[in-house]
Amino acid sequence: MTARTAKTNALGLEKSAYKGAESTLCNGCGHDSISAKIIDACWELGLDQRYIFKLSGIGCSSKTPAYFLGLSHSFNTVHGRMPSVATGATLANRNLICIGVSGDGDTGSIGLGQFKHLLRRNVPMVYIVENNGVYGLTKGQFSATADENQRQKYYGVNPFPPIDLCMEAIVADCTFVARSFSGDPQQCRELIKAALSHKGTALLDIISPCVTFNDTPESTKSYAYGKAHNIELQQIEHIPPGLVIQRQEITIPEYAEGETIAVTMHDGSQILLKKTDRTHDPRDKQAALRLLEQAKAQQLFITGLIYIAEPRPTLGELSGIVDTPLAELPQERLRPSREALAKVMASLS
Amino acid sequence: MCAVELRADKRTESGVLVNDFAIVAATVNGSGSQTANNTLVRALFKMGIPVNGKNLFPSNIYGLPTWYTIRLSRDGYIARRSDYHVLAAMNPKTQAEDIEKLASGGICIHPEEWKLKPTRDDITYIPMPVREMVKESGAAPGLKEYVANMVYVGAIAELLGIELAEIRSALSYFLKGKAKAVDLNYFLVEKAAAYVREQFADVPRNFRAERMDATRGKILIEGNSAAALGAIFGGVSVAAWYPITPSTSMIDALMDYAKELRTEPDGKTTLVIVQAEDELAAAGIVIGAGWMGARSLTATSGPGISLMAEFSGLGYFAEVPCVIWDIQRMGPSTGLPTRTSQGDVLKAYYLSHGDTRHVVLLPANMKECFEFGWRAHDLADRLQTPIFVLSDLDLGMNLWMTDPFDYPDQPMDRGKVITYEDLEKFGTWGRYKDVDGDGIGYRSLPGQGPAYFARGTGHTEYATYSERPDDWSKNMDRLARKFETARRLVPKPISHIEDNAVFGIIAYGSTDAPIAEARDLLKAANLPTSYHRIRALPLGEATREFLSLYERVYVVENNYLGQMAQLLKMEYPDLANRLISISHCDGLPLTARWIVDSILEKEQK
Repeated sequence: MTARTAKTNALGLEKSAYKGAESTLCNGCGHDSISAKIIDACWELGLDQRYIFKLSGIGCSSKTPAYFLGLSHSFNTVHGRMPSVATGATLANRNLICIGVSGDGDTGSIGLGQFKHLLRRNVPMVYIVENNGVYGLTKGQFSATADENQRQKYYGVNPFPPIDLCMEAIVADCTFVARSFSGDPQQCRELIKAALSHKGTALLDIISPCVTFNDTPESTKSYAYGKAHNIELQQIEHIPPGLVIQRQEITIPEYAEGETIAVTMHDGSQILLKKTDRTHDPRDKQAALRLLEQAKAQQLFITGLIYIAEPRPTLGELSGIVDTPLAELPQERLRPSREALAKVMASLS
Repeated sequence: MCAVELRADKRTESGVLVNDFAIVAATVNGSGSQTANNTLVRALFKMGIPVNGKNLFPSNIYGLPTWYTIRLSRDGYIARRSDYHVLAAMNPKTQAEDIEKLASGGICIHPEEWKLKPTRDDITYIPMPVREMVKESGAAPGLKEYVANMVYVGAIAELLGIELAEIRSALSYFLKGKAKAVDLNYFLVEKAAAYVREQFADVPRNFRAERMDATRGKILIEGNSAAALGAIFGGVSVAAWYPITPSTSMIDALMDYAKELRTEPDGKTTLVIVQAEDELAAAGIVIGAGWMGARSLTATSGPGISLMAEFSGLGYFAEVPCVIWDIQRMGPSTGLPTRTSQGDVLKAYYLSHGDTRHVVLLPANMKECFEFGWRAHDLADRLQTPIFVLSDLDLGMNLWMTDPFDYPDQPMDRGKVITYEDLEKFGTWGRYKDVDGDGIGYRSLPGQGPAYFARGTGHTEYATYSERPDDWSKNMDRLARKFETARRLVPKPISHIEDNAVFGIIAYGSTDAPIAEARDLLKAANLPTSYHRIRALPLGEATREFLSLYERVYVVENNYLGQMAQLLKMEYPDLANRLISISHCDGLPLTARWIVDSILEKEQK
């Protein structure tokens, strides 16, 4: 192993060794920022990419596993069904680390059922939701996490309250529930590192603004109207891909525990982020749920570790499977003997 | 065309039928008649008499009518026959119809309490004091209805000459040797037998079960158990499922056999079974496990197959091994969940959107349920694709007499897998690159070999995302090549060629039993036939050859649309005019009689 320098991690690798393919997402997309933080976290923890695998469903977020940890296996599955694939994959090889990336549509709408059952079974994985409240790939329909009364150009006003995935996770007895913002690199990275160290499902709901489609103002979450933007949107829709207007990724200054900051989105609108502080005890389930309810009423996003509990046994542990990964078992342990078959046959005669 | 004399009556000179008749127990669903019926079947089997039991039951927990048919056949036929000679009429709601259908000269056993007014003078009524006997047995109130069935067991045993010792040991077998339970049940059997002996001594014993030696070395098993056992010997290590009739008992059997056969000395298991939240999740779990390198399976039925359509396409296109059992029942829609059918052939073959085609195995008997049970996993790994196995309710949930199963004749085939060490030898590697010309790339497993990006989207042979038309076409061409490889690897059809056959018969799956009998009947009427049994899709060259032999080939199947006939016409358009579809689906297994009649009707035109 190469001696560790400031530029190499415990495995003697530079951070660039953890990169993936070049992103094809829109310029300035918050998802790319999350990919970068996954790279940071895995590099800093000195994880061996050969023993990590990445899963995703379908959508913009679900494309991202191609853009980080290029030496890890990956499976881009079907829409809303990553949880079941994760369930099978983690049972088949319990020695590997699973990182799943999903979106708000993938998890909150089409995949809500599988999401809840994954949490209930405590499938060991880091489950990241890159939450932008819209369907990007199909040009901006509301997702189930969209704000109540939010307005979209073609789809009008969303009359329904949002599904809060963190709340759903706590209710389903997930033992690690956190929320962050894609433009807060430090918090994202630290939460990803913590999630990677947690046993069982660790849910990370990361607000990640869509630079192209979630640009409609007049939301109850303090979105202000960005005048010039409607014109830009039309331009974007009528120009071929690849010519999308260059945008800068949204980043925010560091902010302290307990502090609330306003973040200006691509459309000039604002959202409010409030970092949890020492008065919140993340081990208190009722307090965590109360905090989320209050935040909803005040129209702000609570960021940080919202709920953590003693890990429950994972699905694999509860199933009593052998220590050797099932995927690596040799024939001698998978196929019973000739005598065993003869015994069964005798019992049926 | 001459008329065909069916089943020359095998009565002896004194009018007695020996080991060649059928018994029906008509009961109320949920009344616990299963032990009674299984006991009769096993006792007959142990007397060396070829026997088959079929349960025609409703989709209901309690109260609807259910019929259990037991056929004794000294010639060894195990198909359903629609007529019956001995009736245990235990269901007041259906007794009138049940009695009406009883063959002339038949025997009807019924509870005395009904005070039944005889409607026929060509049958014998045997009223039994069921309530009184049950009272006398001292059975706990909760058990009364359950043990009452033993009254017809005892009556039938006495009337037919089934040895009581065999009844007792069959009871002990099903009640797992629990002495108290065996004693209680057997008390009623004996009581009923003695009652019939005394009260109905003068009733002629025209239907006799006589000891033979035709079941020596054979076993009795249900298809779902055979399938589960096959999977166990195929090394399945992840199973996921969602309860659905008639597949549930396959998973139940898998759980039982896993405890017995796949538990290691430390008490841990090498087979994990997950009850999923629905069939979509069950399919996702087996795809996830297969991608990771475990051998995985799910078992379902028609509606579940519909829900697995999207994942099946992913498995086909990302090339992930897994095994999907479809224990077919009647559709469309919820259909008749407890009735058999072969209605999912086209659906399974083409399951999923886009240009998807699958390998489908078609077991016809218990040995094939077992053999395809393990072989499906070898094929899945070798071909890197989901393998469908189409059984049905008739095979899956009925007790069949069969020769014991053969131990797998080859080691587990894990197919082409590349490890980190191999990569150094290979130099370069493309997951979907056709190095060997058989359309199958080298797959790599997480944690064990070099990384690639699996996806259901367009990809190059190096597994990178691509929307290029040439990449797409090349990939589809390779998948077509792989399908040709599958054609060569799947179980071959079995042909029985008669030298002077006038026409051919093609069939698959559970219709094999009635076809065997139908061919004997046709042959006896001077109509020898050749028979080609398809055991898998895609179809192979042997099927074309068979079609080329005869001007008329009847395709017999248990569905409404004649699905295999349609598939054959698509596959062999130049021979399509030879194909005549004989299909029927009413919830019951086909009978030899129906097959013969249907073919003759067409032949006489």
